[in-house]
Amino acid sequence: MTGMIDVASAGGTPGVHSLWTVAAGAGDKLQAPSIEYGKLSPTLIVLGAAALGVLIDAFAPRRARYGAQLFVALVGLAAAFAAVIGLAASGAGTTGAQIAGMGALAVDGPALFLQGTLLLVGIVGVFTFAERKLEPSAHGSRVDSFAAQPASVPGGEGETQAVKAGWTTTEVFPLLMFAVGGMLLFPAANDLLTLFIALEVFSLPLYLLCALARRRRLLSQEAAVKYFLLGAFSSAFLLFGTALLYGYAGTVSYSGIARVVSGSDAISDPVLAQTAGNDALLLIGGALVVMGLLFKVGAVPFHMWTPDVYQGAPTPVTGFMAAATKVAAFGALLRLLYVVLPGLRWDWRPVMWGVAILTMLAGAVVAITQTDIKRLLAYSSIAHAGFLLAGVIATSKDGISSVLFYLGAYSFVTLGAFAVVTLVRDAGGEATHLSKWAGLGRRSPLLAAVFAVFLLAFAGIPLTSGFAGKFAVFKAAAEGGAGALVVIGVLASAIAAFFYLRVIVLMFFSEPQADGPSVAVPSAMTTSAIAIGVVVTVVLGVAPQYFLDLAGHAGVFVR
Amino acid sequence: MSFPLLTVTAALPAVGAVATAAVPAARRTAAKWLALLVSLATLVLAAVVLIRFDPGGARYQLTESHAWIPDFGVRYELGVDGIGAALMALTALLIPFVIGAGWHDADDLEGERANRRWRPTQGFFALILAVEAMVLVSFAATDVFLFYIFFEAMLIPMYFLIGGFGDRAHAAGEEEGAKQRSYAAVKFLLYNLAGGLVMLAAVIGLFVVSADSLGQGTFSLPELLKARASGDLAMATSTERWLFLGFFVAFAIKAPLWPLHTWLPNAMGESTAPVAVLITAVVDKVGTFAMLRFCLGLFPEASSWATPVVLSLALVSVLYGALLAVGQRDIKRLVAYASISHFGFIILGVFAMTSQGQGGATLYMVFHGISTAALMLVAGFLISRRGSRLIADYGGVQKVAPVLAGTFLIGGLATLSLPGLAPFVSEFLVLVGTFSRYPVAGIIATAGIILAALYVLVLVQRTMTGPIRRPEIEKMPDLKVREVAVVAPLVALLLFLGVFPKPLTEIVNPAVEHTLSDVQKKDPKPQHPVAEHAGSDDKPAGHGGGDHE
Repeated sequence: MTGMIDVASAGGTPGVHSLWTVAAGAGDKLQAPSIEYGKLSPTLIVLGAAALGVLIDAFAPRRARYGAQLFVALVGLAAAFAAVIGLAASGAGTTGAQIAGMGALAVDGPALFLQGTLLLVGIVGVFTFAERKLEPSAHGSRVDSFAAQPASVPGGEGETQAVKAGWTTTEVFPLLMFAVGGMLLFPAANDLLTLFIALEVFSLPLYLLCALARRRRLLSQEAAVKYFLLGAFSSAFLLFGTALLYGYAGTVSYSGIARVVSGSDAISDPVLAQTAGNDALLLIGGALVVMGLLFKVGAVPFHMWTPDVYQGAPTPVTGFMAAATKVAAFGALLRLLYVVLPGLRWDWRPVMWGVAILTMLAGAVVAITQTDIKRLLAYSSIAHAGFLLAGVIATSKDGISSVLFYLGAYSFVTLGAFAVVTLVRDAGGEATHLSKWAGLGRRSPLLAAVFAVFLLAFAGIPLTSGFAGKFAVFKAAAEGGAGALVVIGVLASAIAAFFYLRVIVLMFFSEPQADGPSVAVPSAMTTSAIAIGVVVTVVLGVAPQYFLDLAGHAGVFVR
Repeated sequence: MSFPLLTVTAALPAVGAVATAAVPAARRTAAKWLALLVSLATLVLAAVVLIRFDPGGARYQLTESHAWIPDFGVRYELGVDGIGAALMALTALLIPFVIGAGWHDADDLEGERANRRWRPTQGFFALILAVEAMVLVSFAATDVFLFYIFFEAMLIPMYFLIGGFGDRAHAAGEEEGAKQRSYAAVKFLLYNLAGGLVMLAAVIGLFVVSADSLGQGTFSLPELLKARASGDLAMATSTERWLFLGFFVAFAIKAPLWPLHTWLPNAMGESTAPVAVLITAVVDKVGTFAMLRFCLGLFPEASSWATPVVLSLALVSVLYGALLAVGQRDIKRLVAYASISHFGFIILGVFAMTSQGQGGATLYMVFHGISTAALMLVAGFLISRRGSRLIADYGGVQKVAPVLAGTFLIGGLATLSLPGLAPFVSEFLVLVGTFSRYPVAGIIATAGIILAALYVLVLVQRTMTGPIRRPEIEKMPDLKVREVAVVAPLVALLLFLGVFPKPLTEIVNPAVEHTLSDVQKKDPKPQHPVAEHAGSDDKPAGHGGGDHE
């Protein structure tokens, strides 16, 4: 303690932290930060549209809200996507890559690729959120899959009245937009604090959205609480890790930490003289931050929340979350491991090997025993996280671009698959128990065929996007010297193929049950969500080269 | 740029499949005729391929090459050697018969219509054409990745054909039948998918190896073979062996080779006779074809290394398949086990590494396809009349249905390789080829012929001859015109190729020579005076027992 004061006074400043003493010492005038608004426009547009959505919900008459929210959300996402395209066309992804926002955000190839993917996922997500033809109309007004009045107690008087009045929860649109906004920041975050804030910005709306199911509200609320509690833990890990890394490097900026790790920068901050450069802080801090991210991608052993949350959340939310969270979190993980910790490659690679192997095998094996289609898809998403980790471990440019490609391919298959799940219904809402899906191919061949396409893509059968993605990732891993991981990945794929096929068998070769579910006829919105899923799955499977090129050009992080 | 004959040949059935599937539900007879016409047109194109193929010309002919996925080093590359051309012709030849024989197979599913989109007839014929298209691409692909994709993708239509249109004549009743069918379909898919995924690991490995030593990863077979021959493509011995195993296991499951064969009896037993023919006569040939084309060409050292084990497994297949065929009570499973025995012969011929052995193996693939089709399709007609697959339910059929019994007998005699019928030529070549390098293996394999005579003749005797024991058989009608039209050309081909196989051997032999030079093997002396190998060598030399370099 005394030593610290000594050092501090020796530095000529009062014994306070250098973070604000330096700022105060810079001059009398407060310096306005220089923000590159153009470069950050995609995120700004989405967050602006989200804020506008909040205002609409507060002030617009109830009747006008749905149309206005839908309009604002779609226009906002489309405009942001246009901005991403504009930035990419102007070379911001390649030659013009730079750090923006006072070092807080990177605008580079991977960031723009992932933001573009996220925005498209968001648009398709809005389509499924806005679907109002599936639920039987409540007292004459058409309703969606979200609770009539989320604040009311399930089964209570308030709920009955809200249902009777035919209310709908239009705040799901601004919530979705805030989540998308946070996700856009997440893979672009270039310092640990921005990373944390982005994580919270997208997680909090998701916790809420999970609790909003119209049917089975208790299950939905239970899922939300589980997600929130475990999510809070992981956020705490991430924050704690951030603090330790700051103690190690004296900065939270990615490139700053990387320079200290590689030894090219000495830490000049006298306050941190005792902790700086302490490898224990670096290893523990790095591990905690990575744990926070692995929680979000749903890697074993941080996967426990996935099945419960996937099952309990309203299915449109599950689809959006399964696709978008994975994209955002893998983007952030890639940037962290490739920009901040490449110097530690020999430390984190063995650990990630273990995590990848566990994730692939556990996801595939446990999925076999599932009897609920949403839980099954949850475990399948865990297995896919394992395949993606194999690409992350490649630590090469090919590794980055293969993961980017896989994320794009996987997210549309997932969206499409969950959109199909919303259509298979019986009197109690969605019929998610697998036994109810028996003979669906006889009742509704087209829908079953579409779902079979998604399952085959999940299984990685050639001529689907799932195969191209898996091949790219495994190729990168094999070239990166992880041949054993490829063999295990192939084994896990064989196991996974079994349960995907089981569903296909059930749909096509089992006799339909007498009280089986019926297939609801959706509006154009869910139809287009499913159609987009099928088209992307087939196009990326048959002619993936254009998108591989796109991901290949995007495959360099700015430092 | 010349006319893309191979692409058109393979694309025609694919387009036909889509068109057939799109025929309205009420016009199912039109769908059948459309499928038949498409398959006949494909046969014409395949015949053109065979005619345009010049046995004395380049190794791969009618080649096409376009960039497809440069990032993966994948090209759309087609080209046929004699082996590929012969097997393409076999495929195109058999499909019209499969369609003709399966004319009414989907009819009884029509009653289950629960939806206006339910069109089983259209689906059945569209799936058959889809399988044909994918098999044709597999035989023509000279890009390893392109081959892999279609090798895997053909599982999907096959799976629906087995599971969705199975044999309704099930002893244990409709519900148990459906359960067995779905079990067979899943077993088929899982075995083959597992093999395919093992192969995927090897395909990725091959890419990495080629990227390492050539600078740019490639899957093009001609390029790889060239690099292999010039020594540019260097592989560590252990790497080569692992990659060989990855490819070989996938092909051995498909072929199928003992002990990876167990899916075949289920799949053939539960599917309708035409689909069973599709499996064993067409799809499985891709496995043995790929051993010749990819395993031996790309991994010559590992192929020699594995030869003793592969030959032993092939011998076990020959004897095990034959023995179990003797013990079967179910006609279709009997044919399935007989096929396992025959695939043992084919693999024996491939890995004997002699020109007679490999040439014989190629002919064997073609002739086995024709003879099994004849036997199985007639068996299918028989089963559809009586509604039972059990041998014990028949007897004395030749008294009421002499044409059926006669064609069944010819199919059976072809299966046991009676001299004068086509399979005799190929089986003889395989045995001679094996004997000249591995006399012991040749002698053991001969036992398979004896067992074949046993299971075929006992089958014919129990079903066709003797007194009529069951009243149902007394009213059994003989073959109808459609059925005769399906069987007669097959029987004619068996007889014709049995006495005059020369056109086929001329096409096949140069390709076999190329393959042998890939593995750097020469025929052991003396060459046996077979076909055009006769002459030159009349000096006696030691039958070098197992002189494997």
